[in-house]
Amino acid sequence: MSEQIALTGNEALALAMKQINPDVVAAYPITPQTEVVQLFSQFVADGVVDTEFVTVESEHSAMSATVGASAGGARAMTATSANGLALMWEIVYIAASTRLPIVMPVVNRALSGPINIHCDHSDAMGARDSGWLQLFGENAQAAYDNVIQALRIAEHRDVMLPVMVNMDGFIISHAVENIKPLADQDIRDFIGEYQPAYSLLDPDQTTTYGPLDLQDFYFEHKRQQVDGLEHALEVVLDIGREFYQLTGRDYGYFEKYRLDDAEIALIGLASTMGTAREAVNNLRKEGIKAGLINLRLFRPFPVQALREALQDIKVLGVMDRADTFSLNGGPLFGEIRNTLFDFGNKLKIVNYIYGLGGRDINLSDLEGIFRQLLEVKENGKVKQLVNYYGVRE
Amino acid sequence: MSKEDNAKKGWRDIPIGGLITESGNAEKYHTGSWRIKRPLWSREKCIQCLFCWAYCPDLAIEVEDGLVIGVDYAHCKGCGICANQCPAQALEMISEDKSDVNDDKAEVDHEKKTE
Ligand code: SF4
Ligand code: SF4
Repeated sequence: MSEQIALTGNEALALAMKQINPDVVAAYPITPQTEVVQLFSQFVADGVVDTEFVTVESEHSAMSATVGASAGGARAMTATSANGLALMWEIVYIAASTRLPIVMPVVNRALSGPINIHCDHSDAMGARDSGWLQLFGENAQAAYDNVIQALRIAEHRDVMLPVMVNMDGFIISHAVENIKPLADQDIRDFIGEYQPAYSLLDPDQTTTYGPLDLQDFYFEHKRQQVDGLEHALEVVLDIGREFYQLTGRDYGYFEKYRLDDAEIALIGLASTMGTAREAVNNLRKEGIKAGLINLRLFRPFPVQALREALQDIKVLGVMDRADTFSLNGGPLFGEIRNTLFDFGNKLKIVNYIYGLGGRDINLSDLEGIFRQLLEVKENGKVKQLVNYYGVRE
Repeated sequence: MSKEDNAKKGWRDIPIGGLITESGNAEKYHTGSWRIKRPLWSREKCIQCLFCWAYCPDLAIEVEDGLVIGVDYAHCKGCGICANQCPAQALEMISEDKSDVNDDKAEVDHEKKTE
């Protein structure tokens, strides 16, 4: 294992891609992901990777070329953000439904408009129903580790689905952190030589990709995707255990922090949960039984494990860095209420939509949210189910 | 769900991703069921130029030893291209309406058509 080094989140992602040494990368730069593509193209120019780098004219083409390469039996990757992901849209779905094990870092940024380049999760949440797996990570180390594991998860024969590795734009992508990368050889051993299940270029097993699939079989192919995602629930844990043995870093569906005796808790995704951990520590010093769940796996949604983890919580705050505009809460809130509905009235759930367009959320904000949860616990009443936290009235 | 759909394989028994893992199996798909008009070929008028064979998008002109011998109605989708380009008016498009189809005169095969 290598020593600790200081890298930005983007540098950590580019390093992971360099060490993976994919056969093909087709990518288009977009803030805040730009640096990933720029650094990776430098690796290509310097000859330190064997990758065929395809410079495309748009993200639609980036995903199309990645799909083509993957169908051709190559280990293929790309990376994007926000509007770039939106422009990939139709091919994002095709990658999943064609069962191509593509890994794509998404450096999360608000979708326009009004135009904004800063962090929220509207890009990833827009793609939540595309059939990709979605991993989130709190910091650069998690993003790096997730990319390495994502490759194994995606390529697993029982899964065969693409994986989106999400990392918060600017907050993580442009901030420098100490991370512990793996040694090149450890990564090579961990991911192994790529053996595609099918390949357009294999004359011994001729395969047609993307044929017309009408009323009589389309539905069956959708059901198969569900099956792949069901298997992914096991595979994510298996690969996480293997990764733990290699690195000592523990990854499952989510991280539980001081949750065991907690009465009030927050659940959320990505960098905000690092700040929330500190808020938990501060409240615990006052004797308030607070805890949190830092969710790593959003697709598929780990329903059963969350039910078990949250069964003794009295009040749960759900942190959404995106809105659904359903007037019924954010995307995570919808999933959580659906998951915990059977708990009935013994659990109160409150939604906080926060941080849209990169609006900061700091330690005192998160402590304030915990105190609101405490109030709900004491009164037994939720005053406002969906809260737009940090917006000016 | 229709009876025909119900008789097909379930999701566990088909290749993933809509992939087709067998070459040339388009032959098993009988595009003849789409047809509302069929080409009638006349052996007498035909000058054996083979243009129809070259033009047919479904490889539905049957050729043996370099000579046209008829139309494969299991795959002919009735587009009319063959009749349109035939220099000898040896192909005529007629309605699939049974009353118009004279089975004695033409080399037609109703069994194949509904397969
Ligand atoms: S195009 Fe007409 S004349 Fe030529 S081979 Fe076909 S049927 Fe015969
Ligand atoms: S009608 Fe069309 S499909 Fe049928 S034989 Fe003629 S060209 Fe081929």
